[in-house]
Amino acid sequence: MKDSGGWISKESIFQMVCLLALALPLLLLFTLIAGTFADGWDRLSWSFLTGAPSRRAASAGLLPAFVGTIMLMFLTTLMAVPVGIGAAIYLEEYARPSRLTSFIELNISNLAGVPSIIYGLLGLELFVRVMHFGRSLMAGAATLALLLLPMVVISSREALRTVPHSMREACYALGGDKWRSIRRVVLPMSLPGILTGIILSVARAVGETAPLVTIGALSFVTFVPTSVWSDFSAMPIQIFNWVSRPQAEFHANAAAGVIVLLSVMLVLNAVAIWLRIRLGRRLQ
Amino acid sequence: MPVSEAAVQLDQARPISERLIKYVLFACGAISIATTAGIIFVLLFETIAFFRRVSFGQFFLDTQWTPLFADKHFGIWPLVAGTFLTSGIAIVTAVPLGLLAALYLSEYAKAGLRRVLKPMLEILAGIPTVVYGYFALMMVTPFLQHLVPGLSGFNALGAGLVMGVMILPIIASLSEDAIYSVPANLREAAYALGATKLSTTFQVVLPSAFSGIGAAVILGISRALGETMIVAIAAGQQPVFTLDPRVPIETMTAYIVQVSLGDTPNGTLEYQTIFAVGSLLFAFTFLLNIVAHRLRKRMAGGA
Repeated sequence: MKDSGGWISKESIFQMVCLLALALPLLLLFTLIAGTFADGWDRLSWSFLTGAPSRRAASAGLLPAFVGTIMLMFLTTLMAVPVGIGAAIYLEEYARPSRLTSFIELNISNLAGVPSIIYGLLGLELFVRVMHFGRSLMAGAATLALLLLPMVVISSREALRTVPHSMREACYALGGDKWRSIRRVVLPMSLPGILTGIILSVARAVGETAPLVTIGALSFVTFVPTSVWSDFSAMPIQIFNWVSRPQAEFHANAAAGVIVLLSVMLVLNAVAIWLRIRLGRRLQ
Repeated sequence: MPVSEAAVQLDQARPISERLIKYVLFACGAISIATTAGIIFVLLFETIAFFRRVSFGQFFLDTQWTPLFADKHFGIWPLVAGTFLTSGIAIVTAVPLGLLAALYLSEYAKAGLRRVLKPMLEILAGIPTVVYGYFALMMVTPFLQHLVPGLSGFNALGAGLVMGVMILPIIASLSEDAIYSVPANLREAAYALGATKLSTTFQVVLPSAFSGIGAAVILGISRALGETMIVAIAAGQQPVFTLDPRVPIETMTAYIVQVSLGDTPNGTLEYQTIFAVGSLLFAFTFLLNIVAHRLRKRMAGGA
């Protein structure tokens, strides 16, 4: 009895250690987020949300950066998502195992691991310099689209893979051709997974700061962008600018900016989860 | 016979449109190859231009990095040391915690709890890095200054620790996939031989999941090397050749940010330095990603 008692306690000690390893970082993060809310809550006001950056911390606002981020989100999605889903369909439904296929696969998994700042260097040379987009919204969106693309391909492939093969065969048996089986059966069935993956990836892409800083996006933009060729700012860049200043008043602005940015991320994540549950239920 | 005529037309039309669709979809996949080619071409193009003006010796044998000063030195080692110092601190933090967290999720957590915790980890992995940078500079470093004497406002320690928290979900999630995919009959065989759960975990499950865990750790290292905002905000902008975690340093990524924030006209030597530094960073992460890809393939194929 004593022996087995000894083993049980060893086992449960280890289980506790494992739980702590998971719980401590989560607790730390929640503490940090709570601390940021405490630092920035007082700065959050209507004038902060609707104002433009200013040299005076107390009257500075987030509007151009907020609108910039929303516009980036739509442009980037528009550019990367159709191509990403197309590539995923090709790899899952059409490609036969070959050297070229495995080369494309290796490529995509490698691109997903390329540091975001390297995409910034590519965007700086290709879009800003060679294609003369300048430091425009277009250049930023194109750069982020390249970064988003491998994430969309990988998550869409996973979603396509969840459709059982028998569903495709049933469609063929009814006289459907390959494209029809994809359009009428495979895509609708995998749609919840694809959409969830896209929203999470887009959230991650528009939260990026480094590529935008590298292509030279400005943080002192006092107007809301009017076209895709305008100079622009984005929330992560604006937060970076505020946190880099020595004055404590600007740090409060940064904290308030972090609250808004995290709220946008939370909304996107909630939409993704809601879509997964909602569409998943409808299909069943 | 209009009906059969139509059928014949359809039959002829189908393969063509089917083939067209296939080519369009293939083109979508091929864009990934173009992106990689674009990255390599751009980096090489500017790096070659850089090495026309600066010798390999100046780059690899000097220990001072001062391309923005009047007295220019191009020794890359201070930036490499800064990068490996912050990444090292992050890995030392994240690997043990991430692995234990993965073991908890796969071996101990009930299915319901697992279904809550895993998406939570994924959401945490999606917090923008600029936010982690804010945490490091504004909260973690001031707290650490109470514990570590002589810790300056910008330092590798705070940035590295926060970076560890940032990559922890990636390491935990990928390791958990690897541990979860260990076949149940291996565990059952160990139990049948009278092994306890703990010794099964250490002597059967972890060794079988080794490739996958290795891939997770390597991807974590690669992520840490390329991480930019945390170190740009919290680790400083002083390229010092040191492994002292208490003083301001500069990483390769932070240097690229520093130059990008200034107004550097293209074609200048300063402009080319960020591509030379970027090439080295790309080479490091590329090698690590290839190794991780191989390990994951082995995990999927073997065992």
